[in-house]
Order: sequence, then structure tokens, then C-alpha cells
Amino acid sequence: MSTVEASSQRLSSNVSAPSGSALRAALVSEWTKLRSVRSTVWALLLTSAFTIGLSALFCWAFVNRDERRRDGSLRDLFLFDPTARSLRGVVLAQLAIGVLGVLVMSSEYTTGMIRTSMAAVPSRRVLLAAKTIVLTTVSLVVGMVSAFVAFFLGQAILDGKGLGTSLGEPSVLRAVLGAGLYLTLIPMFGLALGTIVRRTPGAIATLFGVVLILPLLADAFPEPWDVRLGRLSPLNAGQAFFSVRYDPDLLTPTEGLLVFLGWVVAAYIVAIVMLTKRDA
Amino acid sequence: MIELRELTKRYGDTLAVDALTVDITPGCVTGFLGPNGAGKTTTMRMILGLDAPTKGTALINGKPYAQHKFPLHEVGALLDAKALHGGRKAFDHLLCLAQSNGIGRKRVKTVLELVGLADVANKRAGTFSLGMGQRLGIAGALLGDPGILMFDEPVNGLDPEGIVWIRTLLRWLASEGRTVFVSSHLMTEMAMTADRLIVVGRGKLIADATVEDFVARGERWFEVRSSRPTELAGALGKAGASVEERGESSRVRGLTSTEIGDIALAAGIAIYGLTEQRASLEDVFFELTGDSVEYHGMLGMPARVTS
Repeated sequence: MSTVEASSQRLSSNVSAPSGSALRAALVSEWTKLRSVRSTVWALLLTSAFTIGLSALFCWAFVNRDERRRDGSLRDLFLFDPTARSLRGVVLAQLAIGVLGVLVMSSEYTTGMIRTSMAAVPSRRVLLAAKTIVLTTVSLVVGMVSAFVAFFLGQAILDGKGLGTSLGEPSVLRAVLGAGLYLTLIPMFGLALGTIVRRTPGAIATLFGVVLILPLLADAFPEPWDVRLGRLSPLNAGQAFFSVRYDPDLLTPTEGLLVFLGWVVAAYIVAIVMLTKRDA
Repeated sequence: MIELRELTKRYGDTLAVDALTVDITPGCVTGFLGPNGAGKTTTMRMILGLDAPTKGTALINGKPYAQHKFPLHEVGALLDAKALHGGRKAFDHLLCLAQSNGIGRKRVKTVLELVGLADVANKRAGTFSLGMGQRLGIAGALLGDPGILMFDEPVNGLDPEGIVWIRTLLRWLASEGRTVFVSSHLMTEMAMTADRLIVVGRGKLIADATVEDFVARGERWFEVRSSRPTELAGALGKAGASVEERGESSRVRGLTSTEIGDIALAAGIAIYGLTEQRASLEDVFFELTGDSVEYHGMLGMPARVTS
């Protein structure tokens, strides 16, 4: 076709090889990838909607509960953790943002894009690092903003019955930050799983299994192992650092954070080994 | 320049690529030819560092692919037009590739115009036809203005216009002094596009020659129609020819047309037709790769295509 001949001069226009760092170029590229597909926007919107909307709903339901039908209402109030109540949506939001993490890698394998990506960025560590940094930055912003909005909205609702708390109370700020951090780390875990499993359905099933089913499996062990193992699951470890009230079944906040980081680091080690050893 | 040295890939018991040693040089279109399953795609994947060789090396301008920081400036490749995220707009697809190699937006627009996709730049790549997808893949290969271009079965599934377009593009890229490496399982297609042919079968190098050499390699014979074929066959046989009777006509090898005419005249046999035939490139290809075709059809395929 004539297009080829007509554009001959343009094709040969010298595109000189740039000198910048490969990681920096890959970061810009991964940001374009993330923002140019619709699933990203949906996953982030759902994350915020679940964190804020569901938390508000839980608070509203607690404020409007029928006290006459609950004998334990006093005990309820005694154990009531207004911070945790206003962050309950995180349990569902983690699935949305975790799926986003999975998709960042698995969608490349499922569509075949990975071969094009790896031909453009031959260092697989650089590729994984760029994806991780971009995903984590976006998750940190969305996770933190959602957690704080959910907290303030929830407290505003609870304040209607004088049940709310504030960031100035002991451990409250830590818990809200913890919830935002949890929503930042879960997608990293998802990204690592997506790298290991490669296919989207399998990787999502693995993520849900580890996050939701592992704590249930722990119950199958005889006491005291059910509790000892159960609290090591990612969700329970996470809950240890985003709840305020002391729960003897959970780890301390610091332990919880360390255990959760342990899960992420372990998944990353496996992911890096598999990514560099396997054929694309 | 692409240099393959003893390049080998083994999957379990199968040798997909078997000690392939070959140089692919600039300034010409090198056809990479072989039946399906001959190891062409695997070889290309190893060149791009997607698959690790079991043994041997593949060098791009003297270095393994993975050691090039921004490889799109060295090699542009299209292995699979479907190797993209269908939910991404054509422009964004090219933009993320460009950015990963420090290439700007202006160049993305240029290559989109070059392949004729400027009007659909903001459509999602998943809505593209195979031909448009192929063009998008080629646009991606041209992004870094690379000296080496590599295409895996680029005309597969294209309409005639698309095939001509690709053929013109390949010839023209080579005329600019670039290294152009194209795989195909169609000899006729390669004969029209390539200057040099590298033929593989079952992962092994079978032949490496110019297209002219391949044509010269094909056998010649005469197709003879006569009044008494059997008698003529006897007479020609005595003169040292090999004769193959095929119904109405006979194939005669080993004599010139003059000799055949004289012998027929001496025997008093009328010649109705005497035409020189030459094996097609396809025949040469089948002869070379016949033993290496992995799956034969029930009727003793691959069938010989006679001209």
C-alpha cells in the first residue's frame, strides 16, 4: 500500500536510544497500563464504596438496632469498638483491591500481553518492581483516603447515640492507619499470587482462599491450635492491627503487622523465583 | 544482525530446537521456513529472551537480548497479533510500550499513521480485526526504529490486500539496510518476499540458501504426449532416459527435447506435446522437509503439489 512509501522518511526519523534508567521508564509505562484499562477504575471505585459505604451501613445498623430484643445489649455496648465498627467494610473492600493486584499481572498472562511486555522490558525483576511500585502507590492513596473517610463518617453516625470515638483516643489513629495499610498490602499479596498462578481465575480463587477460607480451616484444629493458627492467617493478622479493642484471640498490632508482612514477603520470594525461572 | 549458536530447546523428550547455528544478516529479508511444529516460534521466543535456551546462545548485535536496556531500539518483533490487552485503546497500548523504552508520544502517533491506524487510535484493541491487530503489532515493532525486525507468520489470516501490504513493508525495510527475519510455513509466500531461506524441520537446520539456489535445486523433466506412449517409453529407456508413464503423458528425465524428438521420429511415433517442467518451490520444500513433518495425513501427506 502507498502508506508505506509515503511515510518512508518518517519511519527513518532517528529515534535515539535514551539514557535514563530502565526502572524509571518501566514505572511510567506501568502507570499508563494501570490507568488505561477500565477494570482498574472499577476495582478502585468498589474498594472505596465498600470501605466507606458498608462501614457507614454497619454503624447505622448498630445505632438503629432494636435493644429490646437483645438481652446482651449491655454486654454489646461494653465490648463495642466504634473504630472497628466504622472500618468493617475493609473485609469486603480487600477483595476488590486484592483482585486489582492479581489482575495487574494475571491479565497480562491471560491476554498474552506479557510476551509483548517482557520483550519491551527484558529484566523481569524490573518489570515486577515497576508494577509493584505503581500498584502500591495507588493503593496507598485510595486505601488511606477510604479508611479515614469511613472512620469519620462512621463516627458521625455513631455520635448520634453518643457512641462515637475520635482519633485522639488511644490506639484509634493506629487502627485507622492500619486499615489503610492493610488495603495497601493486600494488593501486593494479590500481585504476587497473580505472578505465581498466572491465570486470573486461579489467582483470584487462591487469594480468596487464603484470605477468607484459611481462618475457617484453622478452626478444624483442636484447641489451642485453632486459635494459634487462626490468628496467623492474613485476615486475622490484619485485624490485629486495625482494631482497637484488645482481643485475646488475636496477635498484638505489631505482631499482626509483622505476620502480615511475612505473608507478603513469602509470596514475593516465590513470585520472583518463578518469574525469573519460567519461560514467558 | 542475529547470531544463533548451537541454539537448543528441549521440552521433556522432544527437541523443539536442535543445535541451530545460523547468522541472520542485515539488508535482506531472511525467510524462516518449516512445517508447523518445526521450532520456528520457539526459536524466535528464545531470540527475544522469552524462553530460556536449554543450550546455546542467541545474540542480538553481539549481546543477549536481556542485556539490552531498551531493546525496542534494537529489535522490533511481532510474534502474535493477539499478544495485547484487548481492553486498552490502540494508542495507550503503543504508549505503554513506548514509555518502557523511553520513546515519546510523537513517535506513537507517527507509527500509527505509518500502519494506517491513526483513525482508530482511540478504539479498544480488542475490537480490531485480525488484519488491524497485525498492523498494530507491526506499529509496536517499529516504535524504536530498530535495525532488526522479526515477524512470526505475519500474513497468517490476512486478506489479499493485507498480504500485499506486509510483503511491500518487509521488502522496503530490508532495502533500508535492516535485518528482516520472517517465519512462514508457506514456501510460495516466502519465495515472493524473501531473498534468503533458512529451512528447518523438527528443530534442525535443513537448508540455508538464496531463493535462486532453491529454484535451481528443483529437478527438471519433460512432459511428453505421443501416439504410442509405451513403445516410446521403451525407446527412450534404451537411450538412457528414465520414463514415468502417467496416463495420457509421460515424464521423461535425462534427455534433451531434441533427443526425445529424434528418438520418436526414428521409431515412427507422433509427438503431440513436449513441454519442459520444473519442480515448484513447494516441491523442493516438501522434498526437504518431507521426513520431518510431524503429523502426516492419512493419505500419505504431505501431498506433492504438481505444476
